[in-house]
Amino acid sequence: MSLLSVRGLTRDFDGLRAVDGVDLDIAEGEVRALIGPNGAGKTTLVGMIAGRIAPSGGRVTFDGRDITRLPAHRRMRLGMAYTFQITSIFPGLTVAENVTLAARRRVRGAVLGAAVTEALARVGLGPRADQVAGDLAYGHQRLLEIAMGLAQRPRLLILDEPTQGLAEGEIAAFETLIRDLAQETTILLIEHNMAVVMALAHRITVMAQGRVLAEGTPAGIHANRAVQAAYLGGGDAAD
Amino acid sequence: MLHLGLLALLLAGHFFLPAYHHGNLARIMVLASYAMGYNLLFGYTGLLSLGHALFFAAGMYGMGMGVQHLGLGAGAGLILGIASGAVVSALVAVLALRTIGVGFMIVTLMFAQAGFLTILHFGEWTRGDEGFVLAQAGRILWGVDLSTPGARYLAALVLFAACLLITLALVRAPFGRVLVAIRENAERVQMLGYDTQAHKFAAMVASGTMAAAAGAVYGMLFGYVGATFASVQYSILPLLWVLLGGAGTVLGPFIGTLFMFYLIDLSSGVTTAYMLIAGVALVVLTLFAPQGIMGEARRRLWRGLP
Amino acid sequence: MEFGPHLMLATLEGAVTAAVLALTAAGLSLVFGVMRVVNIAHGEFFMLGAVLAWGVTQAVAGPWGYALALLVAPLLAGALAVAADVTILKRLSYDPERTIVATIGLLYILQQLTLMTYGPEARPVVAPFDARIALPWVEHGAEGWRLTWPWGLGTTVWKLTVIGAAVAVLAALWLFMARTRAGLVMRATQADREMATAFGVPVERVYALTFGLGAALAALAAVLIVPIQQAHYLMGADPLLLSFIVVIIGGLGSLPGTLVAAVLIGLSDGIISVFFSPTLAKILATLLVALVLVFRPQGLFGKRAA
Repeated sequence: MSLLSVRGLTRDFDGLRAVDGVDLDIAEGEVRALIGPNGAGKTTLVGMIAGRIAPSGGRVTFDGRDITRLPAHRRMRLGMAYTFQITSIFPGLTVAENVTLAARRRVRGAVLGAAVTEALARVGLGPRADQVAGDLAYGHQRLLEIAMGLAQRPRLLILDEPTQGLAEGEIAAFETLIRDLAQETTILLIEHNMAVVMALAHRITVMAQGRVLAEGTPAGIHANRAVQAAYLGGGDAAD
Repeated sequence: MLHLGLLALLLAGHFFLPAYHHGNLARIMVLASYAMGYNLLFGYTGLLSLGHALFFAAGMYGMGMGVQHLGLGAGAGLILGIASGAVVSALVAVLALRTIGVGFMIVTLMFAQAGFLTILHFGEWTRGDEGFVLAQAGRILWGVDLSTPGARYLAALVLFAACLLITLALVRAPFGRVLVAIRENAERVQMLGYDTQAHKFAAMVASGTMAAAAGAVYGMLFGYVGATFASVQYSILPLLWVLLGGAGTVLGPFIGTLFMFYLIDLSSGVTTAYMLIAGVALVVLTLFAPQGIMGEARRRLWRGLP
Repeated sequence: MEFGPHLMLATLEGAVTAAVLALTAAGLSLVFGVMRVVNIAHGEFFMLGAVLAWGVTQAVAGPWGYALALLVAPLLAGALAVAADVTILKRLSYDPERTIVATIGLLYILQQLTLMTYGPEARPVVAPFDARIALPWVEHGAEGWRLTWPWGLGTTVWKLTVIGAAVAVLAALWLFMARTRAGLVMRATQADREMATAFGVPVERVYALTFGLGAALAALAAVLIVPIQQAHYLMGADPLLLSFIVVIIGGLGSLPGTLVAAVLIGLSDGIISVFFSPTLAKILATLLVALVLVFRPQGLFGKRAA
């Protein structure tokens, strides 16, 4: 049975249909990549899955439960985590406090400190735990964002363009981290960097102009002509 | 430690201060409690209310009307005042928290204005602009006459200490950390699984109730209940005190109230236009020191200051 | 007086209020629309207009003095506003919340400086021309319909002039916004600041001029009404509150909505105040504003925002 199931999800902005009847099923333990040209509706789609954006139509089911009407914070408590496309941390708090806030929904008391240390260690931010988050370099802020996702220990981790703006070396470390994570959680990844997608994803969903254009294994998508057309041809006109 | 030190210092002040400053400090401690209530919402949660006079006045009038018209004793009057503040702030919170930013500022301003006008409208009971002097019998709590300078100072200190310790406990508790996080980035807090609306609601009720407690005690200690305390000016003053002392610091409200009180006290000897000082302070603070005195101290000297 | 003539009188009074209110609120609406700045000091520019008009008519006697005041008061108030924009608002990068706090400071600065220089007295300004007009009423008596002249039913030439002048200024403002290049630039900045900057619009200068124009409109409204109302340093509070009500009910930043709301509020304020208590009318109006902001932030007449 799939962990996340989306049926006919639709969203209109001022008469413009940003997402148009999308169906999506993600199995437990899967790493799913969501790709597509800019303006294809990817962020709107995951926004509706996470509860940031209210859908105009359609249904979202998580772990067999209809969550379409649930507010975002209730969905997170059911076991979702969401990292933002634009870095979204608490700049005035320390790195450790950022992660503590993320972990506290799940654990309390003595284990809390251990959970924070563990999450920071996994992304390699352990030595910077006491720094103020706003003072971190950009790449480290992205890692902090992921550490916050880890600390929630989610069943579904949604990452919106996590490698955007990262350097080559940082991307390699990120790939290792995700591969490691895939052992214990399901991941939905919006990503532009095709090398990262091909290396990590079990399956890929391609969106264009609000619809699902294709879905399949990395190799299958790589060979798909329609996908190539969307990227190379008129697809970008949807911006 | 620092906070206990301040409380000890204030207690010592009771024995050493000359009468004039002794009286001033009693007033400052009550007003600083009001400012601490304001700070919970503005400094820690990041919600700028322009209508806290409504809560201050709810406490003051809840107490005053109870003593004057229902014949309550001092203790019951104070409790009624605090309860009125809790109810009024809960009602306002339910509506005002549907807005954010500028909308929230204007909505709170308008509710407070409506409250102020309501007090004027029911002049028969509230004595409107003129206000009323609290009956002496209603100012005796557990046999202590709160209208004597000594009892007044110590009662003010009790209120101040209570507000200070409550603030400290709140901001150190997980609840307080979530409030700070809401101030920093409300959307992220929600995406971490917290019900931000519920947290904001709780913060606003706590803030309004603390303001009401200060209002009730102020009316009780100084024996007067008047519509001035519900006017816009009394919504602006706590903002000014907190901005000056340092928003989001525990001691900031006290420092800000202390400074501004003496600044206005000194200048009112020279001119009747003492609110000019408040105006200039607001502009200068917004322009040059949005962190306030304690905020700057925290930034430059001591990062861990709560 | 009977109900009919009474209502007519109330409507006439309301029309004067509406005319002045429309001018004042148009200034506030313009500033909010173009700059997204909520100017709490708007009422003080109104007050400055009245006080300056008194000053000018003292210096130059007779109708020419008043004519000069019509020109000088808005210009000076506008210049002051431009200065405030450049020295304060611009340096806050027009951050909505911080500019509100700064304009609160500005409010006290202007008000208290006026108190220090002009003093606490209310002073009259004489209209350049005036005469009473008695108004007739149609009544059904024993001998059929006939024209009567109820005692007390009347108005003055000056009141009619105020209405006419306000309509003329608003028409000119509309022409300015719709037909001139400067108006176009302002509307472009309102629609999309970034885009306007990209097209080479000097946004900072547009902002300074908009803030000046907004203040000048308030000052002009005050010069028109001061022969009826007298100049006083605290007179800015009411126009500020009413303008807020009008701008919010009319839809923030929408000029046509503001005008419709001004007529509606002005007339109903006049009528309600005559028949009921003016305080009650204000309570209802402030509550209405708060509820509109909570449930229909685009205003009663505005379109739903994107």
